[in-house]
Amino acid sequence: MKSRNLIIGALLSALFIAAALISFVWTPFDVAQMNIPAKLQTPNGTNWLGTDHFGRDIFSMIMVGARTSIAVALVAVGIGMGVGVPLGLAAAARQGSLLDEIIMRGNDLVFAFPSLVIAILITAVFGPGAINAIIAIGIFNIPVFARLTRGAALPLWQREFIMAARVAGKGRTRISLEHILPNVTNLLIVQGTIQFSLGILAEAGLSYVGLGAQPPLPSWGRMLADAQTMVSFAPHLALIPGSAIILTVLGLNLMGDGLRDLLDPRIRVERT
Amino acid sequence: MSLLSIQNLDLSIHGKAILKGVSLDIAEGEIVAVTGESGSGKSLTAFSVMQLLPRGTETSGSIKLNDQELLNAPEHDMCKLRGNDIGMIFQEPMTALNPLKTIGDQVMETILLHTDTSRADALIRAKDILSRVGLPPETYKLSRFPHELSGGQRQRVVIAMAIALRPRLLIADEPTTALDVTTQAQILELLKDLVQDFGLGLLMITHDLAVVSDMADRIVVMRHGEVVETGETRALFANMQHPYTKALFAASSHEVDLPQAPVPDDALLVLKDVVRDYPKPRTRLFAPREYHRAVNGVSFTLNQGERIGLVGESGCGKSTLTRAILGLEPLQGGAITAFGQKVGPDMPAALRSGLQVVFQDPYGSFNPRHKVARIITEPFHLMPTPPTGEERQKRIAEALLAVGLHPDDANKYIHAFSGGQRQRIAIARALIIRPDVIIFDEAVSALDVSIRAQILDLIAELTQSHDLSYLFISHDLSVVRTITDRVLVMKDGEIVEDGPTRQVFDAPRHPYTASLIAAAPTLPDMKANADVSA
Amino acid sequence: MLRYSLKRLLSLVISLIIASLVIFLVIEVAPGDPASFMLGLNAQEDTLNALREELGLNQSKLERYLTWTFGMLQGDFGTSYTYRTPVAQMVADRLWVSLPLAFYALALSTLIAFPAGIYAASRRGAPGDVAVMGATQLGVAIPNFWFAMMLVLVFAINLRWFSAGGFPGWEDGLFVGLKALTLPAIALALPQAAILARVMRSSLLDILNEDFIRTARAKGLTRRQALWRHALRNALIPVLTIIGLQFSFLLAGSIIIEQVFYLPGLGRLVFQSISQRDLIVVESVVMLLVFAVIVVNFIVDLAYAFVDPRLRSRT
Repeated sequence: MKSRNLIIGALLSALFIAAALISFVWTPFDVAQMNIPAKLQTPNGTNWLGTDHFGRDIFSMIMVGARTSIAVALVAVGIGMGVGVPLGLAAAARQGSLLDEIIMRGNDLVFAFPSLVIAILITAVFGPGAINAIIAIGIFNIPVFARLTRGAALPLWQREFIMAARVAGKGRTRISLEHILPNVTNLLIVQGTIQFSLGILAEAGLSYVGLGAQPPLPSWGRMLADAQTMVSFAPHLALIPGSAIILTVLGLNLMGDGLRDLLDPRIRVERT
Repeated sequence: MSLLSIQNLDLSIHGKAILKGVSLDIAEGEIVAVTGESGSGKSLTAFSVMQLLPRGTETSGSIKLNDQELLNAPEHDMCKLRGNDIGMIFQEPMTALNPLKTIGDQVMETILLHTDTSRADALIRAKDILSRVGLPPETYKLSRFPHELSGGQRQRVVIAMAIALRPRLLIADEPTTALDVTTQAQILELLKDLVQDFGLGLLMITHDLAVVSDMADRIVVMRHGEVVETGETRALFANMQHPYTKALFAASSHEVDLPQAPVPDDALLVLKDVVRDYPKPRTRLFAPREYHRAVNGVSFTLNQGERIGLVGESGCGKSTLTRAILGLEPLQGGAITAFGQKVGPDMPAALRSGLQVVFQDPYGSFNPRHKVARIITEPFHLMPTPPTGEERQKRIAEALLAVGLHPDDANKYIHAFSGGQRQRIAIARALIIRPDVIIFDEAVSALDVSIRAQILDLIAELTQSHDLSYLFISHDLSVVRTITDRVLVMKDGEIVEDGPTRQVFDAPRHPYTASLIAAAPTLPDMKANADVSA
Repeated sequence: MLRYSLKRLLSLVISLIIASLVIFLVIEVAPGDPASFMLGLNAQEDTLNALREELGLNQSKLERYLTWTFGMLQGDFGTSYTYRTPVAQMVADRLWVSLPLAFYALALSTLIAFPAGIYAASRRGAPGDVAVMGATQLGVAIPNFWFAMMLVLVFAINLRWFSAGGFPGWEDGLFVGLKALTLPAIALALPQAAILARVMRSSLLDILNEDFIRTARAKGLTRRQALWRHALRNALIPVLTIIGLQFSFLLAGSIIIEQVFYLPGLGRLVFQSISQRDLIVVESVVMLLVFAVIVVNFIVDLAYAFVDPRLRSRT
């Protein structure tokens, strides 16, 4: 019962990750290949999920789109963890110090710039693109992980096993790596899964408004943008990429919840 | 006829049997104490009476208040009884009150819930009842919030809520366990008075036999969910039948065989005029910071072979002093020298190795992700060349054997061990580097009496075999009395008395020491009782 | 309480100063100087110089920063290069779409989430709880702009209850305006409501495990009474944080939703400005958005003190 979420979530996530990986070596059709006579077909035997307004195979586009979404979200989580976790550990190791104060105020500041606003600033100056989307989402992930790590580390610093380590002469950096980090990894894994799913949503949103992945790179968000004008007579153009996003995000979220139940039911995730 | 009658109460949670055939009676105006170690089921017995049980609980038997059956009574009926006919007070006063509501509102709530009183009348009654429990409204306004009161004062508010409607039965679940001895004495006195004035029956749950002997008319001793012995207090103490009762009593008044104190040799640890200030939160935005002086001019010397106790109530500064001695906190004045060198956050590692520590919490003292071997060898970090390979294994095995564990335990994770075993591991961690001084920081306070007795014996043995000197910090006077030969009494950051343990306990010179000793509940002296009955 | 408010106000001012510095510096690092960036590669040298003059690029960076910030303090956000109208005026018109939309969505989200979260918490583990939690799990996964498209498809195109987009303005009355914002607000609110309901539920369940709830039950309160009288206000503390954060997401999210519904709000203005490389408008609108977020979080901080007496008595 407890692991049901985990299994469903892991299966869904694995499905899309597999689709993304397979797309590197094989797709049913070439995603760049247009076939105007066969445009706007509904799902059928040849084109399993139909074709778009240029007659491109939607199934193939979903596979390659998964690649974009997952790559962007994964790298963004990597940036968030890679920068946020050390910052959080450092802030907790010297609670109340100037360093802590600077890190936490910096976090508040980034929170005042929602990822979309960061993306707008970046694209306004450097132009749109997948890399800039990654940076925008990644920057926004930093304070999430920094706050989470600091919040989990602070009570640990009050625990007696940390005092014992200090009596054993270990420095704050060493204690952070040896004692604090291993005790917050469960939390980081769970939150990482959630941020991964949020990253996929954010990438879709940015691509939808044209700030994310640029043509010819297929992306779920842009497929939806293209579908918008045709939704009244070809709803499958919107339904299929939409479902792909929902199922991936749902899968990751279920997996996150399942992991939490499995690793430590007391973990609280932030989901904003 | 009895006020409360529990007959053959069985209780299981998710199919696991917790209580087996528990029976007990309470008459009006009677204090019945249920006692036992953790896991005895004493608290669940109390919660069964309230019918406030965790999910998945199944019960059978009978719990009658006068003639009314409470067990599995409809929730609606129980809500009418709770607060009205049965009041309850809890162990942890710091969390027992809603932090967002004033104490007046919380006391009035009981009154408004069960009676047709107007708010104005309820306010008057709340004031009365708060005065009755020792919080006169002139000093303690009803508009105060819980965080503005101390632990003892909050417990008084909880009592006021419980007795506001003069219930017939009051249940107290470890009501003084979280409080200091002097506060404990006052709360126990208040409870006794209330029983007398209101003629209510008091069901008191406590692990502390000394409290039991002071308070109760009758005692119920529980173990593993069963009642092992019950009887009138004086008679039961004079003539204990069940071996468990005897063992419990023996453990509670356990005295260790401390080897003869050697003649004080060279000074290991010297504290001179130690001062530690904490910054207070700023009261005004640009006001200069104010400081709280947690430790104020403390001086003492620990010589080779000495076993010193440090006692005091919470907030007296003993924890801060402990951390300062361990070199974890900077000082604002004075100096601590260990082995002739200044102690501080920057002291050399080699020096630190002479000073080790055992903490209170057997569950918080270890990194749950490390195995025992890694945990107890952590102090090796202090050595210039830590032992490796065979030598390391040998040292681990030695340390584990010394504390009564098996060398194979080194490869287990910490969750495989009980509280008492964990405290042994904590001692092994302190011993492994062969320190000259060990600081025991409330090292037995979280343990059940029987385990506590074993750990105290272990410390006494190690004192003999390892030639230990130690500083034993505790709030528990009875423990300090047996495990030390010199004692320091601390109050408000200062040492108010310093002398040989026996002398300080028998003839305290400082009034504060005297009040501490007077407040501490004591077990009846078995030998004296035996003489009376003979 | 006053001390606490002043302290929060001070940190608000500091945040605003730092945010404005960050935005200013990001715009500064635009490839080339802002003038050549705005005009593109083929710009004439004299047009460039004219723009440089207008932007004050011959002044020092510090001077320009101060001119920009003090201008904003007086309501002068500069002049749009493309439209040749004051940015303040352009923004003001569009704020009348974006702000009501964000608040409408916030109200909807709260109105849906509170009852759902309380209901689920009070029936923990029961079918009702499982159903609500399942729905929120789905709600969290739905991208709001896709949901907006589906709403248009069903309620505007098929059922014809609402128009598919555009905004008639507030001149024809509150109802007409609100009606045009209803589908966008629902699209924005539902995913956020799902998150908020989950937070509400877990926060309530945490509080229901607290000792003081047991004390309240020992007084004779029913489970339901204990939840409403004692748990709810305590559970509100973490919920408030999320509401504060959500406002910034709703404001940013409304930028995307405006694209779906062709609403003339800040979002449209931003995208037009980006495509026209009108950095003056982008800079000011971003600052305005950040200002709104910081102010809302300031209000949330004050709300904390209102809920929690422990904060009031502290500094």
